[in-house]
Amino acid sequence: MEIKQTALAGTLESSDIQIMLSEGSDGIHFDLTSDVKKQFGDDIMATIKDVLAAYDIEKANVKVIDKGALTPVIKARAITVAQRALDLKDQPNWEVL
Amino acid sequence: MKNKVNREIPDSILKDKQYEGFQTTDFGQPDIQRVAPKVTAQTGPSKVVDSIKQVVKETLQDGMTISFHHHFREGDFVFNLVMREIIDAGYKDLTLAPSSLTNVMNDIVVEAIEKGVVTNITSSGMRGSLGDAVSHGALKNPVIFRSHGGRARAIETGKIKIDVAFLGVPNADEMGNANGMNGEAAFGSLGYALMDAQYANKLVLITDSLMPYPNTPASIKQTQVDYVVKVDKVGDPDKIGSGATRFTKDPKELQIARMVNDVIVHSPYFKDGFSFQTGSGGAALAVTRFLRQAMLDNQIKASFALGGITKPTVDLLNEGLVNRVMDVQDFDKGAASSMKNSPAQQEIDASWYADPANKGAMVDKLDVAILSALEIDTNFNVNVMAGSDGVIRGAIGGHQDAATAKLTIISAPLVRGRIATVVPDVTTVITPGDSIDVLVTEIGIAINPKRKDLFEQLKKVPGLPIFTIEELQQKAEKLVGQPKPLEFTDRVVALAEYRDGSLIDVIKEVKD
Amino acid sequence: MAADERLRRTMMFVPGNNPGLIKDAGIFGVDSIMFDLEDAVNMNEKDSARYLVYEALQTFDYGDAELVVRINGLDTPFYENDIKAMVKAGIDVIRLPKTENADMIHELENLVEAAEKEFGREVGSTHLMAAIESAMGVVNAYQIASASERMIGIALSAEDYTTDMKTHRYPDGQELLYARNAILHAARAAKIAAFDTVFTNLDDEEGFIRETKLIHQLGFDGKSIINPRQVAPVNKVFAPTQKEILNAQNVMAAIEEAKRKGSGVIAMNGQMVDRPVVMRAERVMMLAKANNLIDAEGNYIEE
Repeated sequence: MEIKQTALAGTLESSDIQIMLSEGSDGIHFDLTSDVKKQFGDDIMATIKDVLAAYDIEKANVKVIDKGALTPVIKARAITVAQRALDLKDQPNWEVL
Repeated sequence: MKNKVNREIPDSILKDKQYEGFQTTDFGQPDIQRVAPKVTAQTGPSKVVDSIKQVVKETLQDGMTISFHHHFREGDFVFNLVMREIIDAGYKDLTLAPSSLTNVMNDIVVEAIEKGVVTNITSSGMRGSLGDAVSHGALKNPVIFRSHGGRARAIETGKIKIDVAFLGVPNADEMGNANGMNGEAAFGSLGYALMDAQYANKLVLITDSLMPYPNTPASIKQTQVDYVVKVDKVGDPDKIGSGATRFTKDPKELQIARMVNDVIVHSPYFKDGFSFQTGSGGAALAVTRFLRQAMLDNQIKASFALGGITKPTVDLLNEGLVNRVMDVQDFDKGAASSMKNSPAQQEIDASWYADPANKGAMVDKLDVAILSALEIDTNFNVNVMAGSDGVIRGAIGGHQDAATAKLTIISAPLVRGRIATVVPDVTTVITPGDSIDVLVTEIGIAINPKRKDLFEQLKKVPGLPIFTIEELQQKAEKLVGQPKPLEFTDRVVALAEYRDGSLIDVIKEVKD
Repeated sequence: MAADERLRRTMMFVPGNNPGLIKDAGIFGVDSIMFDLEDAVNMNEKDSARYLVYEALQTFDYGDAELVVRINGLDTPFYENDIKAMVKAGIDVIRLPKTENADMIHELENLVEAAEKEFGREVGSTHLMAAIESAMGVVNAYQIASASERMIGIALSAEDYTTDMKTHRYPDGQELLYARNAILHAARAAKIAAFDTVFTNLDDEEGFIRETKLIHQLGFDGKSIINPRQVAPVNKVFAPTQKEILNAQNVMAAIEEAKRKGSGVIAMNGQMVDRPVVMRAERVMMLAKANNLIDAEGNYIEE
């Protein structure tokens, strides 16, 4: 699906993650900032990618500032930002949840 | 070879640096030959000199070992004043041997390393930009990390041979009689610095407060001092110790503290005349408060509290719940300022506190120690030195020494953010699992399987969930996931000594 | 009535969009955890909180705690999606805010049942509770409490209620006396739980304990709390005394004795033991166990 608008989800509080999703030209591109990038960077990106794939988002720039979020938090923020970017804020995709 | 905590220690290091691998926490009763400092006699009326620059010039040569103390902590001015003169004078190849390195010292040490002024370091620990630089291979030779007791041993046996000690003091007279208790930058106990005072060949005191002769009480005596330098300010009082100690409101820390207290109170050691060391930090301070209530409720008094001292511990002394405070350093203003008024708050040096190569140290008499951890593994080995990214950011402090207590409790959250505290294998072993008895986390405790007696005693305590340490590790992993293994080069950037001088682990250069 | 005999001494509010608090909510030994999608969440973050609570419920271990979600009210655009998401997540209890009458519960029940069918959850597995926050709600308390088999409890929410009553909260709680009693009677008549309102001044521990003692005396199941620090004081107030425990143990022994004899009549000291006495004894034993006052074998622990 095409991204309709640049969207943001999550906060910069400890244990949270902030994800900004905007239109991209080819593939999914990440800009990841995290204190645990060495240990969990790949994992964080894979979690977000899975969510984007579930929404058929194939082209996007993803700016991520992680504050030590656990996987369910990353997943929840990714779902939120995808719904917002696709302009589906009030129409949850129940298949993805 | 692999040592007893299963750490691979390169043979080249064992051979070249004449180290043994760690074997046991039992020090035994060896005969030990101590060294003595060289004394340059003088009988003049005053040792006061004009400037640090002058005294550096008179005492220092390339290749020498210099030392400092860290009692001013983040409020230290002396370290930077002295190192500036040393770097600007162009000295080379010095060994830096302070009791520890605080953040305020980082930048100038990195500069000294880059300019070849400092080529060897031994310390209790390091953090921030300095730890980062060392972990990335900035220093030619490996840093040697020693506990406070281990440093005392190394100084007494000549492993650390201090050529010139530069010791900041909040007061001194013209002959060098000084203490840590009075003056604007007072920090209380001079515990760690007393080793340097006793064993350095040349001792330079730096103070901002020249007192009428003779200045008493004298923790450092004129018989030990070569020079006294007067400067404007030795430290920033607001940064030396934390201000008023605030009781934690963090529910997780309170939960841990409550369980630590439960473990202590239900252990066989909680009886009249017991002794304890709590350290600093939110949970430790909360434990002191819970322990106070438990002592009142059970009409139990402690014979002594040991180590780094905080205001809540001094309060117990004043309340009559603790008989003596044996004080090697003071973490806050309340503790620092009470020493001068309280003969029951005894200043002790690092050797008396924690040195195993000794005719008996205070830690040998310690019943209960509460210690922290960056990581603890399923063998109860503890890391307080390297972060989960492999970068040096900690200090051994008295950890290995106090862990020899009869009941050693590690208090730590199960996870911090996305980093597990309870892990299959710690990044760096600092304190061997053999000396750890109980781990307390916010969800429950784990007891070292070697302490079946403690297990029998604690399993009856209602509301104290007991897990195996493997279960706690798995719970942590389930929360955070499995981290990608860290990558290191083969180059050793630091050696971690056990308190007896054997090598417990090596720290390698991180690969980025 | 879906009321079971579980303990509900503490129901802790957890803001629905705060990952740090949500992650740790299970470690403090609260009886019920209430994730809040309503007042604790900013209007622009209702979607965030809904997904966050959803994912948390899929993953985190909350032990034996009863899991409750306060959804957004029926008059909001978030109401239906909140219900669907929480039913899909398998929440134990949905709490409806600002409940005024039984019809609101009926409407909620219909939507919950539809969601249960849509997401393959067992019909009837999602329980309900209502927060009473107005004079109308208090007047209709029994109708609300008995509106559905799914109802497990009703709660007083004093901030909105006192505003509606043209007053505010006072330290002695006189302004809540009628509402507390009305809600308690409604709950007891409908055989469901009654929860008291929050006490927001965390620094006034004395006041908090005084209020908790009052609602314990009245007969409430427990108190809504806003911080883990409030758990221990509430549990202490609700802890049975040694005398109560020893008496309950005698009753339990008499029950055992009757069972052993195959007798339908429970007797103690030559007197017949009534059903209410048995029920009270069972609750005392449950509270004693929860407060660590008896060991695994049911023996009283001497301090």
